[in-house]
Amino acid sequence: MGLDPGAASFALDTFAKLLRHHADIRGRRPAMRHKDRGIWQTWSWAELYANVRALAQALKTLGVQRHDKIAVVGSNRPRLYWSIAAAQMLGAVPVPIYADAVAEEMAHVLENADISIAVAQDQEQVDKIMSVLETLPLLRHVLYDEERGLADYDHARLHAMTQLIETAAAELAANAVTAAALDAEITAGNGADPSVMLYTSGTTGRSKGVVLSAERCIKAASDTVAFDHLGDTDEALAYLPLAWVGDHYMNYAQSFVSGFCIACPESRETVEQDLREIGPTYYFAPPRVLEAQLTRIMIRMEDAGFIKRRLFHYFLGIAKSWGEKILDKERVPAGALILYRLGELLIYGPLKNVLGFSRIRIAYTAGEAIGADLFSFYRALGLNLKQLYGQTEAFLYVTCHADGAIRSDTVGPAAPNVSIRISEAGEVLFKSPGQFVAYYKEPEKTADALTPDGYVKTGDAGFFDSDGQLKIIDRAKDVGRLSDGSLFAPKYIENKLKFFPDIKEAVAFGHDRAFVSVMLNIDLLSLGNWAERNALSYASYQDLAGHPRVYEKLAQHVRAVNSALAGESVMAGAQIRRFLILPKELDADDGELTRTLKVRRGFIAERYAPLVQALYDAQAEAADIATEITFEDGRKGELRARVKIADILPAPATSRSAEMERAA
Amino acid sequence: MTKGLDAALCAPTRGEVLLAIDRISLTFGGVTAINDVSFDIERGEIRAIIGPNGAGKTSLLNVINGFYHPQQGHITFKGKTRRRMKPYEAARSGIARTFQNVALFKGMTTLDNIMTGRNLHMRSSFFWQLWRHGPALREEIAHRKFCEEIIDFLEIEHIRKVPVGRLPYGLQKRVELGRALAMQPDLLLLDEPMAGMNLEEKEDMCRYIIDVNRHYGTTIALIEHDIGVVMDLSDRVLVLEYGRKIADDEPAAVKADQNVIDAYLGVPH
Repeated sequence: MGLDPGAASFALDTFAKLLRHHADIRGRRPAMRHKDRGIWQTWSWAELYANVRALAQALKTLGVQRHDKIAVVGSNRPRLYWSIAAAQMLGAVPVPIYADAVAEEMAHVLENADISIAVAQDQEQVDKIMSVLETLPLLRHVLYDEERGLADYDHARLHAMTQLIETAAAELAANAVTAAALDAEITAGNGADPSVMLYTSGTTGRSKGVVLSAERCIKAASDTVAFDHLGDTDEALAYLPLAWVGDHYMNYAQSFVSGFCIACPESRETVEQDLREIGPTYYFAPPRVLEAQLTRIMIRMEDAGFIKRRLFHYFLGIAKSWGEKILDKERVPAGALILYRLGELLIYGPLKNVLGFSRIRIAYTAGEAIGADLFSFYRALGLNLKQLYGQTEAFLYVTCHADGAIRSDTVGPAAPNVSIRISEAGEVLFKSPGQFVAYYKEPEKTADALTPDGYVKTGDAGFFDSDGQLKIIDRAKDVGRLSDGSLFAPKYIENKLKFFPDIKEAVAFGHDRAFVSVMLNIDLLSLGNWAERNALSYASYQDLAGHPRVYEKLAQHVRAVNSALAGESVMAGAQIRRFLILPKELDADDGELTRTLKVRRGFIAERYAPLVQALYDAQAEAADIATEITFEDGRKGELRARVKIADILPAPATSRSAEMERAA
Repeated sequence: MTKGLDAALCAPTRGEVLLAIDRISLTFGGVTAINDVSFDIERGEIRAIIGPNGAGKTSLLNVINGFYHPQQGHITFKGKTRRRMKPYEAARSGIARTFQNVALFKGMTTLDNIMTGRNLHMRSSFFWQLWRHGPALREEIAHRKFCEEIIDFLEIEHIRKVPVGRLPYGLQKRVELGRALAMQPDLLLLDEPMAGMNLEEKEDMCRYIIDVNRHYGTTIALIEHDIGVVMDLSDRVLVLEYGRKIADDEPAAVKADQNVIDAYLGVPH
């Protein structure tokens, strides 16, 4: 174990001290990898420490002081992680920012957080920062990692990190006084001071800066490191957005606490290959990644030869029947065990190898509800996939599954040292070791988020199941009622729809309305393949989305969801009566999704107001919509379409549906 | 970009004539493909060749890289004048090209395709290459490094190990450019590098062409139909019609030239 929970830990209350500690005790173990020019480069803990020191010295030379805010913008690259650590070494506060944020969004965070130095990955990010530089009087310097395309820029306030590191390293080596002063900075670090600021994704309005302290971050990470027995032989692939709490937790805090190695992919497009090459032991994937992967596997298997296909489906059946039981170490018949082992040899093993899952000990998924079929598919293959429920405000973990007690429809019991309470109104409240200090510069919002006795309001509605596992149904404020009084949980319905591979995104409406209606986004990969197989020709996304046979196909899915809802007494009243398929994909660039790809229901209702109106106009069979779309380079275009509306009959309410039986 | 690739490709010194075509004529039987055309390409510039279908653009590129032999006229490349040149001589003397229809090895990976561009720079003997040992291995490592620079430059890391036959057209074009770059050419001939591409792919390709020219100073001659692209990219434009030169000037001047407008839009007879 990286961190001795006894005597040593009291002194290790900042990340800089942890880094120094690892450089001392496991200096030659790998700390970080990055695939560059086709070759994996590795830095040991000692090398990492040296590089972070040099970068910290460079920042110091640029005038960084304690409590200064330093923005870090880009994807998962070693030097960006180093700049987080280097800032913390000086007692400054790193503020990771989502790399795909457009310039205005970025300007908001840069301004709100009082950023004095920004570290950018490449020309793209530098350009964005430069375009808003005028409005940011506090921003003094911009550092960049990748030099390409930046040679001709004015370097008065722009600096290449490689050069800064080189110069500062030479200075540290030459001058003992400078080195000692830097050591003093590390020792002076105080665990109670702000350590990092993570901006919320902004599902509800403008994003807020969540201030976290080092000692709380380290405490939270230590608990979960012990819980999952993570150590310095583990390895993870750092491919999640740098600014997201999940990445900062798993690929930074947990790595710094336990000493495991993180690997940075070559580029965003190569993540799958890099995953396979690295073979991580510890893995996190949001449900949508797992889902996209499953869709791809299934499509590729459909294209495989007859024998392979038959073998795949046969052994998948075996895995479905016995895989999860074997994973949970239940007793199974000897015959089943032999067949499963054979399947491991022929199908599961090779499949996991292709996916890069061969060495995974612990895998988590979180962020949204995961379909039972999707969840058990991976578990049946022998992947120890678990769920967790967390928040930036908690520094991630609120609940998580323990090994061997796992269910797809719950997010597990409270994580170690977390206490949870359900409010009168059904909202989940928690107190956790990693709990945030405050929202930056927003004392009212901080006060709003806390109960008088110091519990944090999650804003999620949920309840504890009979076996003490938490079940989340929706955002508390989104849970509404139909005009006849029946309960309407939009997300719950949307998730049920999204479990069908053909449906990429769903948006449900119904609060204060007579019935529930939904807007759907088709999944082009899945339906495109289906269209090809069925000789269905189409010209574009919009064309396919409006195709009568696609409507027919999705109507079946909606009916299936209705019959599932009919089986749950609380939800039976909120069945879907009408739906339409949107002619464009919902996109974060158009503000329809958050940067973490959650739907912004209110915004969509406004933007597609004519469609919503038509959904609740019994006469309307179709509606016209003209909407603005934003291209990746920021230019705008317009999309016009006539969208058909389909009616669906509700399923009769049944007392016990198949869904319930499976859950029970 | 590292110094290796920078140094390997020559530095830009505009003004010096790299290639001069002097009164070239090319006929196939009774068909005259190129009729008494003269023009030059200066070191470090992007030279566009445009013209309606059948104007002789591709024939002209084929003459430059020695694939066709003109019946009349001379070619001077890097100060050396000759009547006819064999394709391998052209390649050895520093001319690389891509084709209108992608001409890659479909069954080979992106990396292997680009490595074939290094073929002319490989020195180790057949014996060592057979065993992939000793000097051959050391040489391969050096060449691989060079190719990785190109892969990074063209941002095709994700398809490094994918057989090119499985790639979409736009990416195949990019791989072909990569293979031509691997030759470290003095003169890069691009035959319709953007044909059949969508807007996004075109913009990407434009950026790569400009980058190749600006960063490595590679001289580029390209055939292109998209006039917008030509005007944005090129330093000088040569216009052909029915094998004859009808204009040769800077983009703005060419755009205003009445002969060019007539050739493209047609004139009432």
